[in-house]
Amino acid sequence: MTMAEPTESGRFGDFGGMYVPETLVPACQELDRAFRDAWGDPAFRNELDHLLRTYAGRPSPLTECHRLGEELGCRILFKREDLNHTGSHKINSVLGQALLAKRMGKTRIVAETGAGQHGVASATAAALFGMECVVYMGTVDIERQKLNVFRMQLLGAEVRAAETGSQTLKDAVNEAMRYWVSAVEDTHYCLGSVMGPHPYPWMVREFHRVIGDESREQCAELLDGGVPDYVVACVGGGSNAAGIFAGFADTDAQLIGAEPAGGAAVGRAVPGIVHGSKSYLMQDEWGQVLEAESISAGLDYPGIGPEHAHLAASGRARYEPVTDAEVVEAFQLCSRTEGIIPALESAHALAWIAKMRDEVAGKTILVNMSGRGDKDVNQMMDVLGS
Amino acid sequence: MTGAVETALRARIDAGGKCLVPYITGGLGDDWLDTVRAVAAAGADVIEIGMPFSDPVMDGPTIQEANDRALEAGVTPQTILDDLRHADIGVPTAVMTYGNIAYHMGFERFANSLAAAGVSGCILPDVPLEEVGEWASAADEAGVETVMLAAPTAPDERLPLIVERARGFVYGVGLLGITGVRSALAASAVEIAGRLKGVTDKPVLVGVGVGTPEQAVEVSQVSDGVVVGSAVVQRMLDHAGPEGVAALVGEFRAALDEA
Repeated sequence: MTMAEPTESGRFGDFGGMYVPETLVPACQELDRAFRDAWGDPAFRNELDHLLRTYAGRPSPLTECHRLGEELGCRILFKREDLNHTGSHKINSVLGQALLAKRMGKTRIVAETGAGQHGVASATAAALFGMECVVYMGTVDIERQKLNVFRMQLLGAEVRAAETGSQTLKDAVNEAMRYWVSAVEDTHYCLGSVMGPHPYPWMVREFHRVIGDESREQCAELLDGGVPDYVVACVGGGSNAAGIFAGFADTDAQLIGAEPAGGAAVGRAVPGIVHGSKSYLMQDEWGQVLEAESISAGLDYPGIGPEHAHLAASGRARYEPVTDAEVVEAFQLCSRTEGIIPALESAHALAWIAKMRDEVAGKTILVNMSGRGDKDVNQMMDVLGS
Repeated sequence: MTGAVETALRARIDAGGKCLVPYITGGLGDDWLDTVRAVAAAGADVIEIGMPFSDPVMDGPTIQEANDRALEAGVTPQTILDDLRHADIGVPTAVMTYGNIAYHMGFERFANSLAAAGVSGCILPDVPLEEVGEWASAADEAGVETVMLAAPTAPDERLPLIVERARGFVYGVGLLGITGVRSALAASAVEIAGRLKGVTDKPVLVGVGVGTPEQAVEVSQVSDGVVVGSAVVQRMLDHAGPEGVAALVGEFRAALDEA
């Protein structure tokens, strides 16, 4: 199969759609038209490519991780999204969305952020394009990601605390949507993952497809025209996974999404509707959305992008949980053996390999090293008690 | 067939009056049903019953807080419907909740549960025209009126499609924003009322940002009436009691009647 366009109603199989307040429907439809138009326009593509090369630092390298591979009994390749400007894959989508917002005549972007990576990327793009930027972030996340809050402020963004509910990513999305309802005429909602109403899940995946396309080429070169046995990525909303999966969905590679055990939406496999789309969603017996719990702020989300729900339901991809303890171990192992401090999010993918070492023994595994761990160092000092 | 919500509103309109639909958060306080009955007696034509959802993206701080308090007290869709089943309210009710509450129970079962509890209408603010089909069929089948929202952002060609699908009444969204009391009525409130009146004979009520009797009177010069949410719920949060909440609704009624 391939990861193609959703249906006209924005569906991937049974999942997706446009479940938003009526006020936002015309904006989503306008965005759909604008994205279609831009994505088919060579001038837009060239401008974005130019930015990705000269500003974000693409293409990101593929690194073979000999010592980690030896440790885990398999061949491991990292797609180095951690080396992008702003430190994660998030810049790919944000540059695309900001360019699109400018093309649509919007003067401001609003974004939600969990770990702060998407917020920093959004603030960066807004600075680059001279746009206003408002970022909502849960109060709990503001506390555990102070460094990123300050970075956003340095970049000229206004960081607003989401003080409702669990005070994490889910609530930041609620607040960003409420803001967008109020300011839809001049504001683009720069959603950070492959979630939300159509066209976001599709559009954000397309902006991240560059990860998969580059990896495919780089793997072919390294593997004599072949593809890896496994492609592994962490999944909260699922943007970095969608981007790298898109390059390999039509191959024999097994696609693996590593979910935090405390936020395993696919693991529970109950469909629901929140934040604009129908997908798998952690919820109670009445449909109230549950709070996810993860050591990683970026994956602390009770849902998952609708295309991932479809990939899971159709059997094309597997989504499996790893615990916080396993993630902490993988975080340290990667740092020690490769000299790469991974983001806690990305460490989920490594934790899956370590956990499944019997299954993957001797195999070639492509990992999306989606972000760097600088932002997590303070938190890990507490966790490790040093 | 015309449902109970539309019938009640038409009766008011045909008598030359303006419709008043207050919003009460279901399960908020042990005396919430007394509040519903008192509000009916104070002149409400229809009462909107808010069914709390964990992530109410269309609601502002007042209704969010009411939601949270009710959920913390253990309120569920079932407890609200059980309460309503035995309540003698005197005017029709419409439940307002979010899509996932209905979807999770199953659209058909949810629609039947509303009907069985004597609820006449339903509003799902995150289920717009593009997504409403499956729910609306189940609601039609169960005899539940699906109220549709129409916002200031809708292009002209969209409004006829919305009013065509609406049952009970058409809910004009008064401003670009979420629920909550504002210091003045937005110009968009009168504007959306006028645009909707131009394309439908169904009752057109405006809500979101209608927080005072004066604002209700102002927009009702064009609309057939108003939905009043946060102002009413704030009284509940302030523990005004059934009489205190009904007194506010009475002020709206009196202002609309005098205008």
